[in-house]
Amino acid sequence: MIKVEEKLFQNRYRVDAGRPHITIKDPQLCATGCDKKQCTVCCPAGCYTEEGNGRVVMIADGCMECGTCRIICDEHRNVEWDWPRGGFGILFKFG
Amino acid sequence: MAEKFDVIVVGAGMAGNAAAYTLAQAGLNVLQIERGETPGSKNVQGAILYADALEKIIPDFRDDAPLERHLIEQRVWILDDESYVGSNYRSEEFNREPYNRYTIIRAHFDQWFNKKARDAGALVLCETTVTNLLLDGKRVIGVATDRKGGEIYADCVILADGVNSLLAKKAGFHDEIKPRDVALAVKEIHFLPQETIESRFNIGEEEGVVIEMAGKITAGMMGTAFLYTNKESITLGIGCMLSDFKEQQVTPYQLLEKMKDHPAIRPLLAGSEMKEYAAHLIPEGGYHAMPQVYGDGWMIAGDAGMFVNGLHREGSNLAMTTGKLAAETLIELKEQGKAWNARSLARYQAKLDDSFVMKDLRKYRQAPAIFEKNPHFFTTYPELLNRAAHTLVKVDGVDKKSKERSIKSAFVEARSRLGLLGDAFKMWRAFQSR
Ligand SMILES: Cc1cc2nc3c(=O)[nH]c(=O)nc-3n(C[C@H](O)[C@H](O)[C@H](O)COP(=O)(O)OP(=O)(O)OC[C@H]3O[C@@H](n4cnc5c(N)ncnc54)[C@H](O)[C@@H]3O)c2cc1C
Ligand code: SF4
Ligand code: SF4
Repeated sequence: MIKVEEKLFQNRYRVDAGRPHITIKDPQLCATGCDKKQCTVCCPAGCYTEEGNGRVVMIADGCMECGTCRIICDEHRNVEWDWPRGGFGILFKFG
Repeated sequence: MAEKFDVIVVGAGMAGNAAAYTLAQAGLNVLQIERGETPGSKNVQGAILYADALEKIIPDFRDDAPLERHLIEQRVWILDDESYVGSNYRSEEFNREPYNRYTIIRAHFDQWFNKKARDAGALVLCETTVTNLLLDGKRVIGVATDRKGGEIYADCVILADGVNSLLAKKAGFHDEIKPRDVALAVKEIHFLPQETIESRFNIGEEEGVVIEMAGKITAGMMGTAFLYTNKESITLGIGCMLSDFKEQQVTPYQLLEKMKDHPAIRPLLAGSEMKEYAAHLIPEGGYHAMPQVYGDGWMIAGDAGMFVNGLHREGSNLAMTTGKLAAETLIELKEQGKAWNARSLARYQAKLDDSFVMKDLRKYRQAPAIFEKNPHFFTTYPELLNRAAHTLVKVDGVDKKSKERSIKSAFVEARSRLGLLGDAFKMWRAFQSR
């Protein structure tokens, strides 16, 4: 199985260090109230990972700003999602 | 910088550039705001450009637009795990100017298009995210940005901010998109020498090929895949409804890897160098999912308003056309000395209704629901078709009549006679108007 990191390695980003534009609102809800944890499967950049204890960790560095995780978390609306500051985030060379 | 503009356009994608260009051409005082480092640096498309929509905005675009190849051949493949059945359409007619469809690379194209808007007099502010609309009661009076002292005022704001359309949601103009109304597409760009592409696809210099695909590669989800030729690269991607990704717990990049590994696709990419991986949503909910697209001091154009014809893979042309119509509405009303309020801006809706945009969206309004309720279009049929082709083509001593009988019974077995009839009817309805 291919690692998504190998793909993302080809992309250009300007990461806004310390200011993630996406965060999980209530981590406890992910751990105990969400069976599917669809964000961990469907994010095309693999930004969400499930830890051994059922917790979900979100790291936005490879994010392509698609919006999937926000829309797909439709039962719990547990994703706080905004754009990065102007000029930051993914910089598509081709798109 | 002047604190107040006639119009603020949010976004420098297809819709925003069409709107800003049209407004600036007519002499209006326009500010265009884009969050990307440069126009296009946030945007993703297949990408096929339909000449007609752009021609109506910039008639001589062919002189200097960054176009990759004009398309002379369309292939349609229905894939099973190890095979495909397909059709080709290639015509010398597509080789006569003016060409009708081109492949483009959005990061390059959007910069060109935005420069046209700037040359026409629009003021463009990049690296600036609009964080909120400024409201006076229900009326939009400007925007707040993430720049210092970033409040800017205008008589009208055109929201051309793409599929996620956060601003209209924050202002309460429409709700969050539903997973069933949007597709997620992932794609890659692979570089190869120009001559390799031309020999591999049997095309000449500047000629291009499109391959549209459906079937097993979407793993039972409602969706399609594509492969397009650029000058020195190939783009390929796959997109399925978000509700299906969620239900079936499929990882998008694994789907893309599997597609690249299909025995019919792998040789087309051999020896290439992958230089970018991208993901983007496509609002495919169609007519029934469209939000209100105008109000007091605001209008919505492009993906933000769900202006996409998913069945025909058209989006950029609807974005350009809606951006242009929004601009023309404002220009006309201004000439007539009318204020830009919810009542007068209803003219935008009338223009949309009168154009191919709403005519097509209305015509295909049943399509999303029909495909959603009939997943076997994406699973059973590809398999049956491929097996039928295999049975027919294989020379194995079985007589042709028996072969036909076995194909027929395979179809009936899988779908029943009535099911087949019903499917044919549904398929026909998806493409028909009513
Ligand atoms: C994989 C894929 C393949 C496609 N293939 C085709 C095809 O072959 N042919 C076709 O016609 N269509 C195709 N489409 C659809 C087409 O790409 C879209 O319909 C089109 O790009 C929509 O244009 P737009 O201007 O509405 O939105 P976008 O092009 O997305 O532009 C929106 C702009 O707004 C900016 N923005 C957003 N929010 C803010 C904010 N708050 N502040 C500042 N700036 C902001 C963004 O950075 C962006 O530049 C495809 C789409 C995808 C994803
Ligand atoms: S889908 Fe939503 S609630 Fe579930 S794990 Fe992901 S972020 Fe948490
Ligand atoms: S916006 Fe898209 S790429 Fe970014 S974290 Fe969400 S799903 Fe992943």
